[in-house]
Amino acid sequence: MPETIGFLKPRQAVLDRRREIIADLADLLPEGCLISEERGLKPFETDAFLAYRRMPLAVALPETTEQVAAVLKYCSRYGVPVVPRGAGTSLSGGAIPQEDAVVIGLSKMSRILDIDLFNRTATVQAGVTNLNISEAVGADGFFYAPDPSSQLACTIGGNIGMNSGGAHCLKYGVTTNNLLGVRMVLFDGTVIELGGKALDAPGYDLLGLVCGSEGQLGIVTEATVRLIAKPEGARPVLFGFASSEAAGSCVADIIGSGIIPVAIEFMDKPAIEICEAFAHAGYPLDVEALLIVEVEGSEPEMDAMLEGIIEIARRHGVATIKESQSALEAALIWKGRKSAFGATGRVADYICMDGTVPLSQLSHVLRRTGEIVAGYGLRVANVFHAGDGNMHPLILYNINDSEDAARAEAAGNDILKLCVDAGGCLTGEHGVGIEKRDLMLHQYSRADLDQQMAARAAFDPDWIMNPSKVFPLEGRPAA
Amino acid sequence: MQTNFSPEQLADPHVAESEKILRKCVHCGFCTATCPTYVVLGDELDSPRGRIYLIKDMLENGRAADAETVAHIDRCLSCLSCMTTCPSGVDYMHLVDHARVHIEKTYKRPFKDRLARAVIAATLPYPSRFRLALRAADVARPFADLLKRIPFLKTFGVMLDLAPRALPTASGAAKPAVYAAKGGVPRGRVALLTGCAQPVLKPEINEATIRLLTGQGIEVVVSAGEGCCGALVHHMGREEEALKAARRNVDVWLKVAEEDGLDAIVITASGCGTTIKDYGHMLRLDPAYAEKAAKVSVLAKDITEYLAELGLPEQRARGMTVAYHSACSMQHGQKITNIPKQLLKRAGFTVRDPAEGHLCCGSAGTYNILQPEISAKLKARKVKNIEATKPNVIATGNIGCITQIASGTTIPILHTVELLDWAYGGPRPTAL
Repeated sequence: MPETIGFLKPRQAVLDRRREIIADLADLLPEGCLISEERGLKPFETDAFLAYRRMPLAVALPETTEQVAAVLKYCSRYGVPVVPRGAGTSLSGGAIPQEDAVVIGLSKMSRILDIDLFNRTATVQAGVTNLNISEAVGADGFFYAPDPSSQLACTIGGNIGMNSGGAHCLKYGVTTNNLLGVRMVLFDGTVIELGGKALDAPGYDLLGLVCGSEGQLGIVTEATVRLIAKPEGARPVLFGFASSEAAGSCVADIIGSGIIPVAIEFMDKPAIEICEAFAHAGYPLDVEALLIVEVEGSEPEMDAMLEGIIEIARRHGVATIKESQSALEAALIWKGRKSAFGATGRVADYICMDGTVPLSQLSHVLRRTGEIVAGYGLRVANVFHAGDGNMHPLILYNINDSEDAARAEAAGNDILKLCVDAGGCLTGEHGVGIEKRDLMLHQYSRADLDQQMAARAAFDPDWIMNPSKVFPLEGRPAA
Repeated sequence: MQTNFSPEQLADPHVAESEKILRKCVHCGFCTATCPTYVVLGDELDSPRGRIYLIKDMLENGRAADAETVAHIDRCLSCLSCMTTCPSGVDYMHLVDHARVHIEKTYKRPFKDRLARAVIAATLPYPSRFRLALRAADVARPFADLLKRIPFLKTFGVMLDLAPRALPTASGAAKPAVYAAKGGVPRGRVALLTGCAQPVLKPEINEATIRLLTGQGIEVVVSAGEGCCGALVHHMGREEEALKAARRNVDVWLKVAEEDGLDAIVITASGCGTTIKDYGHMLRLDPAYAEKAAKVSVLAKDITEYLAELGLPEQRARGMTVAYHSACSMQHGQKITNIPKQLLKRAGFTVRDPAEGHLCCGSAGTYNILQPEISAKLKARKVKNIEATKPNVIATGNIGCITQIASGTTIPILHTVELLDWAYGGPRPTAL
């Protein structure tokens, strides 16, 4: 495919010193923690945004914060770019390296360090998976709320980098609302602590700045997160509609009426078919659109909230209503939803958009999305967090056909611009990465971006941290 | 995932199949999370996604296997946990099968590895040789630690460690015969795979199976001429040997089927079950055997699958807690998850599910011989999770797991069918 998204030109001085850099890194890391041979580097050339690939110079897999610090200190001293990597599940290319970069993978730092149920916090290493946290405290009646669909595999470090969301963020907020503190290594190897176990810390809210900074302000090695008590009960309910527009306006009305269920997820017909084939969750196959609405609390609380939701759904001509009857059924409903992207791989290659729009625009944007993709001669499956307007059109294409791939990318750009023009934004939870980088000027004014870059430069004056991401390559300050 | 094969490469049906498998992968990374080696080692190269990428690169470039790629493929347990997790339906099993054959054909292992593998391939699949080797091991056991200190002979030291201390005497149940159904006209007729290593290590398993089945009115045939299913050599990439074993068994069982009909081929080791259910695929390119092998694969049933069809009566509670360990070949290979537990519950046992049930115990065929360090880590993790359920006994459906877990705990471990046989009138298992 002709690549439309560029990477920074590799630093020749770094490439020339390749052997020396690898030898030096080997001295800083334990055996088995450095990958430097071409064969072994290849699997690190991309993440889940796999249309773009770049070989790294080396991959470091440190086991301690001190080792992360040693590698960063070395890299900053010699101007070697660094690309942090959690589980490599980024849908925006956040972990794609470049030829002159050392990947710092946190996958060996996967220990849970402290669980403090009294203060409702967990402190974990950055390579712990999102789901591991909830599993570790589940038996005690707690969980960690943000739940990206990749929560089985994605790491808390990556979640912080992208300020990840998830289906249940409608009620509980995204990563930044559930993060209390981090231990992180700055570009020069300095280790700092931000926040702590309390809900707020004196001074600037640097934690808020770091969360969502896509690995450009430092590498988080440990995180302290909030634990939330599990609700008494939870019940996902399936609402089938004869049209996507009806489902979309139903969502807007539910939220508009002041009801905040714990999750409202949307699937259109192609997505329903894909997910049902994988999970056998009992999704209705005879409707055009499906909402998964989850309510939680005590039985009377759930009944009361559902009553209001059903009334609104009826006004929008809901065709089928199905409540989950058991924990197993509920689990299958969520398994199908959370596996939607991967399951799409059974049907076609895809790129996944992440635009977020005001709910009043949901139906309009859905319809236009369908028109845009059809205009490029492609198909789309929609499966997304409708309650917070965070849309995920999956544009289906054939990655082995370069023209098809170019069309998919162009359709994606048009959809994201549509979201911004509708008063929304480029990304709700996947991050900018390289995917949306060149659209940032559609979202922000030059002055807006300059201020963000100035903040970034305060942390990383030489722009060595994940340098090809987030900000358009043109108009950057000279490093 | 994008692939890059030439039409000439795709003319090879094995490459064409691998290309199709690779095209399904969307590189989402879900598989990493449930891969035992990634969980233990934390290196993507030791995860399914990393291995898929290594294999893709090797095959696309039509390149001979290299030491780095081989090291990471060798560390794969073939537990197939990734296939349970994969939402995209990537057929990792057949991809890694292809990679192993490619490695075997294009890569020359160091002499010590070749020797160890040759010894394993020439011993384990043959009950009489295996029994002889275990007797010899008993004599050589005092030298195990010494051998393990010599890198060249380390694998043999590990083998001595794994060899059981007391070898049961050869059982009659492994002998070819027709075991008549009790109580008049038989309800069904099955062939029983006696297997290779299992009847040497634990002849009680097949004895219990025959007793339970005949007691339920099923005629059981142990056929003359059958042998190892071929899984062992198959997982080492020794494809011709594996296919030879498969063809021999296909011939034997179809002959039995032609003589007097056959409702099922009953298998008491889930590792073998996974492979026999795959005979149809393994022999798909052999015009003389493709159809016959497919027939055998359809007939193949794990003993618990077959028992569930029979509908055993509910027994009263026994006040005994069983930790059920699902072998990888059972839950991931054959996707049999609830049936064995339901049978045990129906038979009066209290069944517990240990945490991290999806993770391998580290046995994985010859894995505990060839990768002892990773295997030991997985064993310790598995035993800890099992012991946390405070069971009276552990039940599982695969001889490899039985040997592996037994070497790490004092809690008795039995094949599921031994507990079921006891519940339905058989003798109390001696381990209890």
